[in-house]
Amino acid sequence: MNMDRRQFVLTSAAAFAALSVNAVPAFAANGATADDRIKEFTGGAEIAEGRVTLNTPEIAENGNTVPISVEVDSPMTDDNYVQSIMVVADGNPNPEVVTFNFTTMSGVAAAKTRIRLAKTQNVIAVAKLSDGSFQMAKNEVKVTIGGCGG
Amino acid sequence: MASKPRVKVPKQAAAGEVITIKTLISHTMESGQRKDRKTGDLIPRKIINKFTCYFNDQEVFSADIDPAVSSNPYMEFSCKVPESGTFRFVWIDDDGSEYSTEKKITVQ
Repeated sequence: MNMDRRQFVLTSAAAFAALSVNAVPAFAANGATADDRIKEFTGGAEIAEGRVTLNTPEIAENGNTVPISVEVDSPMTDDNYVQSIMVVADGNPNPEVVTFNFTTMSGVAAAKTRIRLAKTQNVIAVAKLSDGSFQMAKNEVKVTIGGCGG
Repeated sequence: MASKPRVKVPKQAAAGEVITIKTLISHTMESGQRKDRKTGDLIPRKIINKFTCYFNDQEVFSADIDPAVSSNPYMEFSCKVPESGTFRFVWIDDDGSEYSTEKKITVQ
């Protein structure tokens, strides 16, 4: 094959692009992605949507402290309550953020905290209910200044 | 270094009322991702990895905390109070130290 200069530039650019795409997942420091974490948490069970309310700012100016709140619609009685809510962020070096564990004494399954986000990404909350089912909610947060220091 | 946990609990409540509790503790929550500006070495991770709230020694709420929680971790949650009693809040550091505080509530 006789390759002229223009062709060469094109093919090498394509090869480089393929390389950099492959390099991106290496950002996850401990190898686990947000999806892996969610699978670990649910044991592969199906996750429904609708009962979890996840509140995040649409735009976070400072990724070092992003206020989030999560609430699950549940009566919180002995036979029907929320056991835990796991929060993960799919664009952070490590996806796990925090896991809230509730008891029937909690009254409502709701919690608020402040988290770090390295860049614009999805924040996902997965709730584990006492009947063994799972519920989730997902929000995108745009981050102007990342919260990873360095 | 962690110090001075601050907790907000109402002093009084009606029986069975769901109250909101707010907690904050001063802690750098070093993520283990940051590099020292001068040497370029990674600063080792040092965070509070567990927070638990007990009411009359019964667990109400807990949080498993990862480095993605901001410095001076803030937690807000609820509790349904059946009777007068004492809340105990415990934070556990990576180095094993424990910080705790207590608050009393009166149910009318």
